[in-house]
Amino acid sequence: MIPASFEYTAPSTVDEAVRALADAGEDAKVLGGGQSLLPVLRMRLAAPTALIDLGKIDEMRGVREDGDSLVIGAMTTHYDVQRDSLVAEHAALLARATDTVADPQVRHRGTFGGSIAHADSAGDLLAPVLALDAEMVVAGANGRRTVPASEFFVDYFTTAMDPSEILVEVRVPKHSGWHAHYEKFNRVAQAWSIVAVGAAVRVENTSIAEAKVGLTNMAATPVRARAVEEALVGQPATPDSIRAAAAHAAEGTSPTSDGNADVEYRQHLARTLTGRAINTAVSA
Amino acid sequence: MTSTVEPEVGRARLRKEDARLITGRTRWTDNITLPGLLHMAILRSPVAHARITNIDTSEARESSGVLAVVTGADLADEQGSLPCAWPITEDMKAPDAPSLAVDTVNFAGEAVAVVVARSSYEAHDALDAIDVDYEDLPVVLDMQEAIADGADLVHPGLGTNSSATWIFDSGEAGSGGNVDEALGQGEVVVERTFRQQRLIPAFMEPRSVVVDPTGEQITMWSATQIPHILRLMLAMTLGLPEHKVRVIAPDVGGGFGGKLQVTPEEVISLLVARKLGRPVKYTESRSESLQSAHHGRDQIQKLTMSARRDGTITGLKVDLLADMGAYLRLVTPGVPILGAFMFNAIYKIPAYRFTCTNVFTNKTPTDAYRGAGRPEATFAIERMMDEVAVELGMEPLELREKNWIKHEEFPFTTVSTLTYDSGNYEAATEKAKELFGYDALRAEQAERRAQGDPVQLGIGISTFTEMCGLAPSRVLGSLSYGAGGWEHAAVRMLPTGKVEVVTGSSPHGQGHETAWSQIVADQLGVPFDDVEVLHGDTQSSHKGLDTYGSRSLTVGAMAVLKAGAKVIEKARTVAAHMMECSPDDLEFAHGKFTVKGTDSSTGIQDVALAVFAAHDLPDGVEPSLDSEATFDPENFSFPHGTHLCAAEVDTETGAVRLRSYVSVDDVGAVVNPLIVEGQVHGGLAQGIAQALFEEAVHDESGTLTTGTLVDYLVPSAADLPSFTTDRTETRSTTNELGVKGVGEAGTIASTPAVVNAIVDAVRHLGVNDIEMPCTPMRVWQAIHGGAR
Repeated sequence: MIPASFEYTAPSTVDEAVRALADAGEDAKVLGGGQSLLPVLRMRLAAPTALIDLGKIDEMRGVREDGDSLVIGAMTTHYDVQRDSLVAEHAALLARATDTVADPQVRHRGTFGGSIAHADSAGDLLAPVLALDAEMVVAGANGRRTVPASEFFVDYFTTAMDPSEILVEVRVPKHSGWHAHYEKFNRVAQAWSIVAVGAAVRVENTSIAEAKVGLTNMAATPVRARAVEEALVGQPATPDSIRAAAAHAAEGTSPTSDGNADVEYRQHLARTLTGRAINTAVSA
Repeated sequence: MTSTVEPEVGRARLRKEDARLITGRTRWTDNITLPGLLHMAILRSPVAHARITNIDTSEARESSGVLAVVTGADLADEQGSLPCAWPITEDMKAPDAPSLAVDTVNFAGEAVAVVVARSSYEAHDALDAIDVDYEDLPVVLDMQEAIADGADLVHPGLGTNSSATWIFDSGEAGSGGNVDEALGQGEVVVERTFRQQRLIPAFMEPRSVVVDPTGEQITMWSATQIPHILRLMLAMTLGLPEHKVRVIAPDVGGGFGGKLQVTPEEVISLLVARKLGRPVKYTESRSESLQSAHHGRDQIQKLTMSARRDGTITGLKVDLLADMGAYLRLVTPGVPILGAFMFNAIYKIPAYRFTCTNVFTNKTPTDAYRGAGRPEATFAIERMMDEVAVELGMEPLELREKNWIKHEEFPFTTVSTLTYDSGNYEAATEKAKELFGYDALRAEQAERRAQGDPVQLGIGISTFTEMCGLAPSRVLGSLSYGAGGWEHAAVRMLPTGKVEVVTGSSPHGQGHETAWSQIVADQLGVPFDDVEVLHGDTQSSHKGLDTYGSRSLTVGAMAVLKAGAKVIEKARTVAAHMMECSPDDLEFAHGKFTVKGTDSSTGIQDVALAVFAAHDLPDGVEPSLDSEATFDPENFSFPHGTHLCAAEVDTETGAVRLRSYVSVDDVGAVVNPLIVEGQVHGGLAQGIAQALFEEAVHDESGTLTTGTLVDYLVPSAADLPSFTTDRTETRSTTNELGVKGVGEAGTIASTPAVVNAIVDAVRHLGVNDIEMPCTPMRVWQAIHGGAR
């Protein structure tokens, strides 16, 4: 099918984009890489009056260092995140999760910030961003503000952003030297996660000093597996202790039931995959 | 003049049509544009069963760019009923099947109204402005409930949801014993029920149709497998003079049976274009395609098999329910009946009864889908062989070998009355076992079981055959099918010695242009590049029965050879005249007529020029090297093979990984090994997809919940193992080339191989079946069913 008609603007700076969004009124949508929005438009599930295309805003692309943080432009493509040396060194979990997003075509067009702003709880970047305690920098008519990931994801496809705001960049605290793995479970390679687990672990000597675990598609928002994290700290990085900690993974989750997985199976997967994610991380 | 010495047949040529197909720089129907072309969009029912109480089109008519809004009421007098060409029984119940719903809708996705506008965008905008009032009717979805007493009815006027019951009984047919006695006396009797989930053909190119009503003929371009049948059916259904209809299937991007149809969209496009007097195009969206193009499979299969303790099978009873969906489309009722002849498969089964009841539900109509009836039968019998082997404590391959038709027993007439001309199940199985490393994998499986490995290994077997090359016309007649099974071809040698081959087969991805060129290049002794294959246009290819049922090579190419032979005989007369000898003195090889025992020769391409000039032809000889031929096969062809699958099942998650897959197919002689390889790979992917991934799911209201490719999981290369493919070659004895079909083999064989492997991996954990598709959740639940 083909979309209903809409106005189209492609500003070249963030400030212009914010103004354009304000001018276009409440039925406007922001277009990132288009990998989620365009199918919605084509199926006429939404009919925004205007699209503000961020694709021409150079300042929103790329990864840079800023002190103890990495700053990832919202319009950086998945392909670029996957191959970025700073991400590999300081936020390896993001790179591993990005590896699993859809297929190569989508990774060339889709953007880091677009996925986060879309806030699909089955999307693969939300849980890693949450686990790594990232902050979202959003721009609106009143300037910029920073929202921690723990407050950013509100509900299915809903964030703390106002419709008049644009996600500009994501600040990720450096996790240099952490071990990381993203364990994704789906039925075909290009699909969304049925359940996935992002784990980042800091090992001192042979014990786990710190652990951060985020769950994908186990609630309306990404979920931190806090009970697992707490159970891991101070434990030896061995399969047995990891399995014991992972048994807490489903605590506090509220997954949906669908044709791929009912609630019981999803919670079982969360426990099993958490153990695997952490084990793989520490063995890497 | 050159002549080819190395035979073309057998060469792994790259396909000549691929460049244009892959780049899309070709005539896909949707690429066609005409002066004054209008665009049509279809409003489809969101509900599965309802009475239409009102359609308000007033706002849509005022919408920008709109020329017409048409409802079923507008077409009621002229649209007729969509054709069903296969009344399987004399008392078969068939509902009226309007292209555009008039009073009621019977499945979600049925066409309710259309908008014709200057652009596709404007047509879609106006769809949103049509207001339809539906009064809900009870929705019938479950086949077993549908045939129970007092069930709600899909078509109340028919008085039942049962369309027909079709029975084959070997005792009555005289082809075998009484199945009830056999089962009653069975030392071992095993009963199983399998479910063939509903599938969606999911061809790559969505359906598209362009109709030009201007000019003397109405011309229809359609992404169809069956331009010839379509022309005939349009004429018969709509009362159009046949000679005033021209149908063109330009390049078509896949079909898998899904485009073996006379569709509502084609009929509506034609009627609307005729009404407006302007050309109209309709191209469906992917979502429309998944919801509204016909679906496949959807059967419940109950099998009862008896055997002696020594493993000799003594009887087989099959009871099927087959879901027709809401209407009977072109061959809907016959699809499960094709399976009737395949449940006995490669085995010598002395007593057999097949009973099938066709059932209406408020779902998208079903019809042919790659294999059509035969995958269902093969799945059930191959699953059953494993179950009986377990019951008997026999190695499953040994049970198969004990019962299959031995190499030296061909030709063999089966309990379901088909005569298999050839086959060598021993050779294919031996080769497959060796390539697979069967014994080593069995040893590894035992070791993993002993160790309680969380990842268990299973081995799946499928020793399959199929009937293809549809079909001897007299057999189709005996099955009440509405047409024959012949094929037509023309071979024309042009003045410069180039060759045009016209085929009544209608390729939609199979590579006919390459394969037919190879065959004709060998036959006429001309270079491969000197042959052009024309197809798919009822004006240039006036006669044909199109492409489905793995029939093109075994039937269509035989017609080509027959026509080519006539060309050679015509040329021989002229060559003899030119060389001043008797035609009997000439032998023809590699494109040259040579006087026997001499080195005096004339090339056929030189003869072509002489025929064109016609200055000095023998008396009574027409100046023409054109020939036509129609070939009606005497028998089906029976490809077979042994497929072996090693599946690893992660017992902690239920995930299945196919570790290796070996297919050894026997498709007889091979024209182009690369094309055969491609067909096998694609077939395997499609059959594995049924085992693991694909399922059309409806919710309790009858809405298709797998209406996009996000939910209907068509696998990609990333989801499949590397296939090990090989062949044995037992030539078919029923055609000149010794070929059998290959288009459906991979699909038919692979589904049971995969499910058998999965069940084999976890059987020791108390599992003896897993419903398809074997999703991780289903596998995990099967393993942990008791303990959860």
